[in-house]
Amino acid sequence: MDYGLAGSIFTVVVFVSFIGIVWWAMSSRAKTRFDEAQNLVFDDEPTQQTEKKDRESSINE
Amino acid sequence: MSVTSQVHPEYNYKVIRQFAIMTVVWGIVGMIVGVLLAAQLYWPALNFDIPYLTFSRLRPLHTNAVIFAFGGCALFATSYYVVQRTSQVRLFSDKLASFTFWGWQLVIVLAAITLPLGITSSKEYAELEWPIDILITLVWVAYIINFFGTVVIRRVSHIYVANWFFGAFMLTVAVLHIGNSMAIPVSFTKSYSLYAGAVDAMMQWWYGHNAVGFFLTAGFLGMMYYFVPKQAGRPVYSYRLSVIHFWALVSLYIWAGPHHLHYTALPDWTQSLGMVMSVILFVPSWGGMINGIMTLSGAWHKLRTDPILRFLIVSLSFYGMSTFEGPMMAIKTVNALSHYTDWTIGHVHSGALGWVAMVSIGSIYHLIPILFNKPAMYSVKWVNIHFWLATIGVVLYIVAMWMSGVLQGLMWRAVNADGTLTYSFVESLEASKPFYFVRFIGGVFVVAGMLLMAWNVYKTVRTPSEEFKDETQAQPQPQAA
Repeated sequence: MDYGLAGSIFTVVVFVSFIGIVWWAMSSRAKTRFDEAQNLVFDDEPTQQTEKKDRESSINE
Repeated sequence: MSVTSQVHPEYNYKVIRQFAIMTVVWGIVGMIVGVLLAAQLYWPALNFDIPYLTFSRLRPLHTNAVIFAFGGCALFATSYYVVQRTSQVRLFSDKLASFTFWGWQLVIVLAAITLPLGITSSKEYAELEWPIDILITLVWVAYIINFFGTVVIRRVSHIYVANWFFGAFMLTVAVLHIGNSMAIPVSFTKSYSLYAGAVDAMMQWWYGHNAVGFFLTAGFLGMMYYFVPKQAGRPVYSYRLSVIHFWALVSLYIWAGPHHLHYTALPDWTQSLGMVMSVILFVPSWGGMINGIMTLSGAWHKLRTDPILRFLIVSLSFYGMSTFEGPMMAIKTVNALSHYTDWTIGHVHSGALGWVAMVSIGSIYHLIPILFNKPAMYSVKWVNIHFWLATIGVVLYIVAMWMSGVLQGLMWRAVNADGTLTYSFVESLEASKPFYFVRFIGGVFVVAGMLLMAWNVYKTVRTPSEEFKDETQAQPQPQAA
């Protein structure tokens, strides 16, 4: 296999993987995982923090 | 340093405190050297004819100090903090953590000694000689083990996206550092690169541009994905976008290096490929920038009262600006005008002072009260003054360099009807002189802001919690809920 062919195959593999990642990220299965992960930033706060951090409630004060 | 957090006694805050304080210290040192260099370009006599103080030796000291000492300490502090908080577990190893702290400080001190002595491998941003390179590798491997070890023992099922960015930054920097620093030592203080000619140049800028892409971008994006949502009190705008942002950024950045070598001995196709990849890089860069800024949607009013949030959001604006400018400058015809001029210096500083420094400063202001168990920063008003000093300083700096750079580019390419050059180099230097003064003033503003920050941090650490001023009431306190 010459250098040019190897390069072409690699380019196609990377492109297809990237499309795969985008397709996975946009899927509804990933959505629930992402919603959990998104709130990890606030899960480390002490328990007196009762206010639910949700994107929907835009007024949180 | 006997203060321990009462809320989370299980976290290792000691190493974060150390790195956070040293971020401020090295920031001041590195930026003062920068201001001295700016002054030398306007008043050349300021090197006092002492070899250790010449521009050629202090310039690598400045770049190493601000990138690896200031930026590096900020990255160590924030990554150790974020990985513990989002994994809800203590650091993998306290011993490795203190090894990374003292090891990294030793690297910085060795750099500060060897570079003014003229001991250098002469590779930009990789000037340190081989014994120091080996020490860096050891510290870095310990850092990687400690970070990923913490991710492995996490108590939550997900790995938060900030940790993905931090992880990519660490792994790639290891590969870049080891790859580019391959050299044959001829003595304890001198070595020669393993690579030759155009290959050496290509390796150098594969390293150099990815030092920008992974050290100065991916790492600081990790910072952004934790501290912007945290300070704004809202989750990141789109987690989906952050995942796509991550994969697009890490798969594209690695190819952009050749744009540093347009119109050189590098093969033409390599230059064109580097240009195309650099232009495409605009897309993930702006995806991330928009994701960060839109996190504030519906809570824009917080920018009015919270100067820490202002630091973070304005840093993203500078990030957006310099990641638009970068791809544009990577286009060959634009590069023909901009390369080797002050425009490049302006571009670097809009990224380094606008994006990297401001997001770090905002994160450190967020961290200091938490790490030292204080209700807030000693003076929020001073944080606000620092914000304006930093912003005015950066704008003065980059505008001066844009004007000087474009002027230089136009003067250097101007030719008379008979094909001879219209201007001599000295004439273009004379034209740049006023802008060099403006740059110096901009730098003084930035350093003044950093000194105010150091005083504010000192007062925050030293003042007992009950003596804090009332102005902290402007800050929304979680306890009030």
